[in-house]
Amino acid sequence: MTMAPQTEEQAKDIAIAGMPARRSPPLQLLAILMKSPVGMAGAVIVTAVVLIAIFGPVISPHDPLNRNIRSRFKPPGFEDTSGKVYSLGNDQLGRDILSRIIAGSRVSVLVGVISVLISGTIGVIYGLISGFVGGILDSVLMRIVDGLLSIPFIILVIAISGVVGAGLSTLILILGFTGWITYARVIRGEVLKVREMEYVIAAYALGQSRFKVMFLHILPNVVHSAIVLAAVQVGVTILAESSLSFLGLGVKPPTVTWGLMLSDGRQYINSAWWMTLYPGIAITITVLGVVFLGDWLRDFLDPNVRGRA
Amino acid sequence: MRGFFISRLIQLIVTMFIVSVVVFFILRLSGDPILVVAPDFFSEEQIEQMRRFWGFDRPLGEQYLTFVTKAITGNFGTSYLAKRPAMELVFERLGYSWMLAAASAAIGLTIAVPLGILSALKRNSLLDLVITALSSLGTAMPSFWLGLMLIIIFSVHLGLLPVFGALEAKSIILPSATLGVGMAARLSRMTRSAMLEVLSQDYVRTANSKGLQHKTVILRHALRNALIPIVTVFGLQLGWLLGGSVVVESVFSWPGLGRLMIDSISVRDNTVVQAGLLFFALSFILINYAIDVIYVILDPRIKFQ
Repeated sequence: MTMAPQTEEQAKDIAIAGMPARRSPPLQLLAILMKSPVGMAGAVIVTAVVLIAIFGPVISPHDPLNRNIRSRFKPPGFEDTSGKVYSLGNDQLGRDILSRIIAGSRVSVLVGVISVLISGTIGVIYGLISGFVGGILDSVLMRIVDGLLSIPFIILVIAISGVVGAGLSTLILILGFTGWITYARVIRGEVLKVREMEYVIAAYALGQSRFKVMFLHILPNVVHSAIVLAAVQVGVTILAESSLSFLGLGVKPPTVTWGLMLSDGRQYINSAWWMTLYPGIAITITVLGVVFLGDWLRDFLDPNVRGRA
Repeated sequence: MRGFFISRLIQLIVTMFIVSVVVFFILRLSGDPILVVAPDFFSEEQIEQMRRFWGFDRPLGEQYLTFVTKAITGNFGTSYLAKRPAMELVFERLGYSWMLAAASAAIGLTIAVPLGILSALKRNSLLDLVITALSSLGTAMPSFWLGLMLIIIFSVHLGLLPVFGALEAKSIILPSATLGVGMAARLSRMTRSAMLEVLSQDYVRTANSKGLQHKTVILRHALRNALIPIVTVFGLQLGWLLGGSVVVESVFSWPGLGRLMIDSISVRDNTVVQAGLLFFALSFILINYAIDVIYVILDPRIKFQ
């Protein structure tokens, strides 16, 4: 698929990206971001979720773990005798849904960020070695990737976490050590292209070692593909965590996660719809933000787009 | 053409070999597989006996070889729980899984292809914007949550459709709609970009300037060529569909392979988990194999290689 500038807007963004920096780089990036409504929406959502995750305990209206049997299953907007409002209702133990959604954002952010850092690092190094070394090693490494890719990601993760056991840190590691497969092939393909570039040949001619060429000249030129993929993977990972926790194979109570909240909601689906509706909206908005930001990053970082301007 | 099938067959065997290694070692990740299933009150001696019975006292390489040679003949061992061959259990569920996957794929394609074409034809219009927004939304939504919401709307509030199991024909509607919508969201985006790419090709311009009817140009010239990338993406998204089906089958208690796997994982019935994993991988590989063949039929420019 070619990524031609689709609108004048984009063409303008690209022109700006190519211009010498007049403002400081972060400000410049923000200026480009402002030009894309989708990118901006993504950035706002992602920033908001991260802030909520960090400042959760401060902004949370109630204690997310506080049980109150007398106010269980109260619908959204419920006000107790002391005048406290529970805007999104209560669950089967009388805990405030809004506070629990705020608390649950932590797990999503943690899992999304750390797992993707782990899987990205492994995947980039794997792809780099496979593409750079080439030959038999490349064939072997790529056949392994083919094999692993033929087991659908979530099924692989379900099987591993079923065997290894659940828990937040275990889950982060499992998602980190399985997610790399996606990067390996893409990075390898990029390396194959970059490997033949003149500046790489020039680096060899100047007497640089293979190791230096690989990490100083090839890696920086393939890393943009990894960043775009990483944005996609953050969304995939957050969805995977919620699926696993929902199935009881991920994070365990009393840790609060959106997937576990949905699992509670399913138990009382006949009576308390709000227990299911709101955590799902939280997941959807978060992933949507990541997807938007990823789409924008792809257009922004894709060398095909930038090269043409 | 024979060369194509032979090289593909070799590729298939290599991939299945790697899958078998992965599947075999996944269950060793927990350390000693016997300690996982042995009851707490078993003595050291009894555990040792059990280990010998299941062959876990042999060297790892030998264990793998035994596993593979048996697996090739369709023998995955006996389910710890059901005390029946794991293969039998898998076969009982396979039909349900395929039925659900086929229905979901059909729903996905029926929604995605027309919407994707429309979106490409009316590019940058309000309609395009709405379709694109909906497809982003559908991609971001967890499939099992959509399933739960459909249950709330259609079963709990409207009382129209059954929630659990596969007892009546109507039972397939909700699970397949759940997965179909997710599939449609993923496919319509790709249909749109494939169609856009084709519409800018010279042969479409030629067909238009020949004075052919717009409808003829779109359906006969553009769509036929756009189908190739659509088919490819469809093959890739099947992985999502199979994965999603595992979770969605659990939501709706649909008696497919995914639900069998989840149930077996929670009771540590490892032989069934192994058999299930291998069958998921095999279905995925075989469908993509079939798609490669369809690819060549759709596009005579690609020769069997």
